[in-house]
Amino acid sequence: MATPEYTANEMMTVVAARALESRDVCFVGIGAPSAACNLARLTHAPDIVLIYESGTIATRPEVLPLSIGDGELCETALTTVSVVEMFRYWLQGGRITKGFLGGAQIDRFANLNTTVIGDYGKPRVRLPGGGGAPEIATSCGEIFIIMQQTRRSFVRKLDFITSLGHGDGGDDRARHGVATKGPTRVMTDLCVLEPEPVHKELWVTSIHPGVTREQIAEQTGWPVRFAADATETPAPTAEELEVLRALHARTAAAHGDDDQSEAA
Amino acid sequence: MAQFLTLAEAIEASVRDGDTVAMEGFTHLIPHAAGHEVIRQKRRRLTLVRMTPDLIYDQLIGMGCAKKLVFSWGGNPGVGSLHRLRDAVEHDWPRPLELEEHSHAAMANAYEAAAAGLPCAIFRGYRGAELARVNPNIKFIACPFTGEQLACVPAHKLDCAIIHAQKANRQGDVLIEGIIGVQKEAVLAAARSVVTVEEIVDHFGRVSPNACILPGWMLGAIALVPGGAHPSYAHGYYPRDNVFYKAWDRISRERDGFLTWMDEHVFRSGPEAFARYAARAA
Repeated sequence: MATPEYTANEMMTVVAARALESRDVCFVGIGAPSAACNLARLTHAPDIVLIYESGTIATRPEVLPLSIGDGELCETALTTVSVVEMFRYWLQGGRITKGFLGGAQIDRFANLNTTVIGDYGKPRVRLPGGGGAPEIATSCGEIFIIMQQTRRSFVRKLDFITSLGHGDGGDDRARHGVATKGPTRVMTDLCVLEPEPVHKELWVTSIHPGVTREQIAEQTGWPVRFAADATETPAPTAEELEVLRALHARTAAAHGDDDQSEAA
Repeated sequence: MAQFLTLAEAIEASVRDGDTVAMEGFTHLIPHAAGHEVIRQKRRRLTLVRMTPDLIYDQLIGMGCAKKLVFSWGGNPGVGSLHRLRDAVEHDWPRPLELEEHSHAAMANAYEAAAAGLPCAIFRGYRGAELARVNPNIKFIACPFTGEQLACVPAHKLDCAIIHAQKANRQGDVLIEGIIGVQKEAVLAAARSVVTVEEIVDHFGRVSPNACILPGWMLGAIALVPGGAHPSYAHGYYPRDNVFYKAWDRISRERDGFLTWMDEHVFRSGPEAFARYAARAA
């Protein structure tokens, strides 16, 4: 059987979707996380509870939202609560098993920056800011990160720590009074990285088909290590690709343009 | 008691130079028409508070109405940067903008605390996050019972809250449906309030006993502005204009293009221009 053709972004979305289970309660972000969570819901995890920070609980959107509060999310949700209730009872209350984050920069301990490039007081680039990330990072049971892997984004040192990953490594989360697991997987267009057990530094555990170790090292701003049992990521199946592309096609049609696909 | 006014009268009576103002709406029911009125009336030195400052705050900042922004996520959702906000922060244009930056959880808690009449909000937050280093309004206190270290921020006490809603009845009560965000908390946190609505009805009809209704006796001014949330949306009335959100990236990128657009669509226009967005969906 011929292997289906797919893009690196599709691989990234599929690998994130596979990490989710039907029993998960998931705090979803816009973009790649939203595509991954809905792909999981439409394939192997039909009962997954998707929560968006706009207050929509157990939403089942037909098309992917452009913003975190599109009408589609509310219309297909079990219930919609206020944003205050969302952050207090549901997130802070410890009722979310998995949260998704991304960022402009990530470091070797999976701390993230979405705030500024340069100095905070006089930034070279002012980014949108953390939004829900500081508390998502510490209140969800565990965190999945989806990001394109480039030397500009996988950096030796963050310009600003927007949200806590594994801090300075080891048991640093506990020293900050945080009991949740934090980032357990970073899923990129090249590979999957996980914190190694002792120092919690990200190392590569799964390499996407056709990607070399040299490519990964080239796109990582620190001397990246590979787990001894690092494997090859199984390629997307025909079904995964079909469902994902249909989702993107419905989304593009609904938003009245053709630049919605994250592959674009 | 809520007064029915024109939008111009409502803003004239409710927003003053130097005020702390929140125009809320979590991607839904964003009071764009009211924001334009604030720009037309040339209010200055405002402290603008909002979780997700998007296009309307970009416009207020670009037109020089703001001296300070209190926020948690400042971007064009699904599109990218707010160019006017960035220009103000990175190049002080048209004037310097002071930032007080929080997380969503902190902002939501700060509105709730103000609505509840408390001086501050307490929550489990900012652990290991660097905002606590750069924002002096983020502090930590120990729980007196367990000793747990908790984050503490001042309540968002407002001079004026401005929101958009679906309906008012003739008594001045207001019904909000769909993604309700932090609008109720913002209105309860404010000394004055302005609500723009899609329509004014005799009765709300059959609504859930748990519906989000703001009683008229706690509201300030109500102005009828159909379409007044465009390009955001009004659940049950018209959808989000995603095409406009994308177009804003181009319109706002350069100062000249931005000023030309503002002149044509704000200074040479009025709230009645929003009606076509409501009509389009009807």
